Amino acid sequence: MERPIRVLVAKPGLDGHDRGAKVIARALREAGMEVIYTGLRQTPEQIVEAAIQEDVDVVALSILSGAHNTLFPKITKLLKERGVDDVLVIGGGVIPEEDIPFLKEHGIAEIFTPGTPTSAVIEYIKQHVKRAVEK
Amino acid sequence: MFYKQKLEEIKNKKEEWEVNQRQKVVSKFPERKKEFKTSSGIEIKEIYTPEDVGDIDYLEKIGFPGEYPYTRGVQPTMYRGKFWTMRQYAGYGTAEESNKRFKYLLSQGQTGLSVAFDLPTQIGYDSDHPMAEGEVGKVGVAVDSLYDMEILFDGIPLDKVSTSMTINAPAAILLAMYIAVAEKQGVSPDKLNGTIQNDILKEYVARGTYIFPTGPSMRLITNIFEYCSKYVPKWNTISISGYHIREAGATAVQEVAFTLANGIAYVEAAIKAGLDVDEFAPRLSFFFNAHNDLFEEVAKFRAARRMWAKIMKERFNAKDPRSMMMRFHTQTAGSTLTAQQPDNNIVRVTIQALAAVLGGTQSLHTNSRDEALALPTEDSVRIALRTQQIIAYESGVCETPDPLAGSYYVEKLTDEIEKRAFEYIKKIDELGGAVRAIDLGYIQKEIQESAYRYQKEIESEERIIVGLNKFQIEEQPPKNLLKVDTAVEVLQKEKIAKIKEMRNNASVKKALEALKKAAEGDDNLMPWILDAVREYATLGKITDVLRSVFGEYQQQIIL
Amino acid sequence: MNNLEELLVRGDKRAIARAITYAENYEEKAKEIIKKLYKRSGSAYIIGITGPPGVGKSTLTDKLVKNLIEKGNKIGVIAIDPTSPFTGGSILGDRIRMQDLSLHPNVYIRSMGTRGHLGGLSKGTYMATRILDIAGMDYVFIETVGVGQSEIDIVKIADTVVMVLAPGLGDDVQAIKAGIMEIGEIFVVNKSDREGSDKTVVELNMMLDLDDTKDWRPPVVKTIAYENKGINELIDKIFAHREYLIASGNLEKKRNQRLRMEIIETVKNKLMNNVFEKIQQKDFDFKLQEVIDKKIDPYTFADELYRDIFNKNL
Repeated sequence: MERPIRVLVAKPGLDGHDRGAKVIARALREAGMEVIYTGLRQTPEQIVEAAIQEDVDVVALSILSGAHNTLFPKITKLLKERGVDDVLVIGGGVIPEEDIPFLKEHGIAEIFTPGTPTSAVIEYIKQHVKRAVEK
Repeated sequence: MFYKQKLEEIKNKKEEWEVNQRQKVVSKFPERKKEFKTSSGIEIKEIYTPEDVGDIDYLEKIGFPGEYPYTRGVQPTMYRGKFWTMRQYAGYGTAEESNKRFKYLLSQGQTGLSVAFDLPTQIGYDSDHPMAEGEVGKVGVAVDSLYDMEILFDGIPLDKVSTSMTINAPAAILLAMYIAVAEKQGVSPDKLNGTIQNDILKEYVARGTYIFPTGPSMRLITNIFEYCSKYVPKWNTISISGYHIREAGATAVQEVAFTLANGIAYVEAAIKAGLDVDEFAPRLSFFFNAHNDLFEEVAKFRAARRMWAKIMKERFNAKDPRSMMMRFHTQTAGSTLTAQQPDNNIVRVTIQALAAVLGGTQSLHTNSRDEALALPTEDSVRIALRTQQIIAYESGVCETPDPLAGSYYVEKLTDEIEKRAFEYIKKIDELGGAVRAIDLGYIQKEIQESAYRYQKEIESEERIIVGLNKFQIEEQPPKNLLKVDTAVEVLQKEKIAKIKEMRNNASVKKALEALKKAAEGDDNLMPWILDAVREYATLGKITDVLRSVFGEYQQQIIL
Repeated sequence: MNNLEELLVRGDKRAIARAITYAENYEEKAKEIIKKLYKRSGSAYIIGITGPPGVGKSTLTDKLVKNLIEKGNKIGVIAIDPTSPFTGGSILGDRIRMQDLSLHPNVYIRSMGTRGHLGGLSKGTYMATRILDIAGMDYVFIETVGVGQSEIDIVKIADTVVMVLAPGLGDDVQAIKAGIMEIGEIFVVNKSDREGSDKTVVELNMMLDLDDTKDWRPPVVKTIAYENKGINELIDKIFAHREYLIASGNLEKKRNQRLRMEIIETVKNKLMNNVFEKIQQKDFDFKLQEVIDKKIDPYTFADELYRDIFNKNL
């Protein structure tokens, strides 16, 4: 039997534009996933703690304020420090193409820019979760 | 609008046309879609005729520009008198950089300033607060104290420009800083022109930069209404905003409905605080979105004006005509911009800007082509401004007020939007008003449903976005995007440290303690905030004092 | 003890998290852990928080937990949200209201989906609760949306059930009284700054007075959770209920009953898994088509299926 994939959808930083995060949360639910939504203004520490306590497969980060180069790497660094290596971290939002290589170097597996269909995100997650979903 | 007999003739003729002409064609060449609908789901008919506007009483529902119910505009001459204010939202990095851009925009023919603040400023954190990490100067200018505000407006005479500030939860503090800068320039508050957004309700439902719970937030807002009616009479004390509600995914009907419902809540709060409606209502202003569906948008602006006039007159018994006039700023829809083939966005913005002008806006911001990717470059901002200037000077649409009036389609749509928006307002009234509906998560839920539907329509290609789900090309990543220097954070922190050395810290402490006491009581807080600002107390510390008394808002999320 | 078990006993949050994942997926590993560490459990006091949607359960839980950690306790929270029966997915949003708690070293919060389990509690809840108990939690909160059936499950698992209501639910109090009056051991009228709160309190008290068969008369407490008002009083009532349970011997009775249920549930789940595995096979669909075509009747098919799985007659 398959277990549901668990995803933490989080908004680090201060921007309040959660339209994208909420649309993704709903699309992931409809794809049969369990989505833990943490709301706005989450610090990297809170996001990492939630990811650990919820034992999620995926952390999906959304940011539109331009603070991604500071906050995304901080989250992956904290995960690493806590010894978490089986969680897939992805990001989305208004993120310039030229920042993507830097973010990937820092452990963000994929970046989804505006206009990405939710189906692409779902497919990506299904293909790339690090823990087996078969039990 | 037509004689009965004539209508009957038209009706018969239309039936003939339907059978003899249309049906014949449709049977051979089916229409593109099974059903045609506006963004709000209003069905669009195969043809509009005088029949559709037959029951509209011209004098009662449409009238003349500058007269109740203001459907055709709030001034008698509209753009024959003067164009709208071309106001580009700008600001990033430090106050020094933003000051330079303001001066550039003024030199390019822009007629009003619009200040964007960074997120820490909007949420009441100083640049050296841990929550501000990575955000300082990113989406707007960082303002930590009066010192930054003095730099921001250096060399700009505040009695000559009108300034719009996108600031909500800490609006009282930024307004106080603006007044204090003016004082230093020798400009008295009654000479000041401008707007603060100051619309907290839409922050809870759409934009997210709230600080305090609903109750204390409404108090701060009515404090500003009261203070300005006495001392800053030309200031627009609030810009009740549908813009962000629409950006969050609402339809045109929802945008109007939820914005006006919020407007009603502010008026009720001010009346409850003991203000006379005609004392503050003339200074209320609005802020709408201009989206893609050209005719629906024009109809939306017309319907909104008519509805507000009616609400003020009938619901609140306003007597002063200015209380019934809905004046509004418009911004083109940021959420319609695509990261793909970004130059196409110039065309989108043009259509949206046209809708705003045909809808009779008082001021307009046109988005820049690269805003789905990053903050706009100077080149992009110039094209956006030129777009407005071309509409104003070349298109000819400004030569007579409300040129689409009398279009069977537009009049019918105006009516339909009004009807549907009033249904929403009724529902919100039944729930106990906008504040309660927000606490219940009702408005958030409605917006979210629409946002999700919109996304699904794009993914199923029911809705075509050029360059996104049709007519795609292989693209090179765009170059020359604007980057905000991360050194801003360091610079701001240095400035805060410097200010703390220069100011009289004992007076700061005293002013903050006095503010705390006032917050615990019922006083109007504006004078106390102004005192603290003059002493160079930082925005973060002033907000902290208020947080300690008011608490913080807890987000309502219903998914 | 292996590494995970050692960490779990020490209350390591990652270890707890992983063990609960095993529990909610009903993996053998979860049972293995409990089999080894069962003797370490039994010290946690379990509090159920339930009530209709929108009454502020999560905010109330948040405040209760804050209050109890200040007294030096270790707390586990399980927040349960419904799983969509159509997609199997769910959005678990209760954590939002407790996010600033999650950094506290003595608090562990876990969101769970019901995953199709009738009764509103996830089928892994018994095990997850026991894991938190083993990890040294002094209190375990189980928060669940109470609509219908689920309140009944929460009684089976909790030592004290707190039923949360809010004014303005109007007729709802009438409508749900049949379901809730027997279940709540403490009643809370939250958001009591709202109009109609006194009326709700009076109505509740009247209804509670009707039942004089019990020796514990559930108290009604007014709270305004987001302003942290009434929380101390509520904690006092929870303690009073615990005192009563201990003194009357009912705590032991309750817990023995719970063990019984835990065993029955475990067997039931195993059986259900067997059944589901069976009906996912192709010959089930083939046979079903025969029923649709009226070649055989549904009851004959059911008998055959049962014989297939258990080797004896239904």
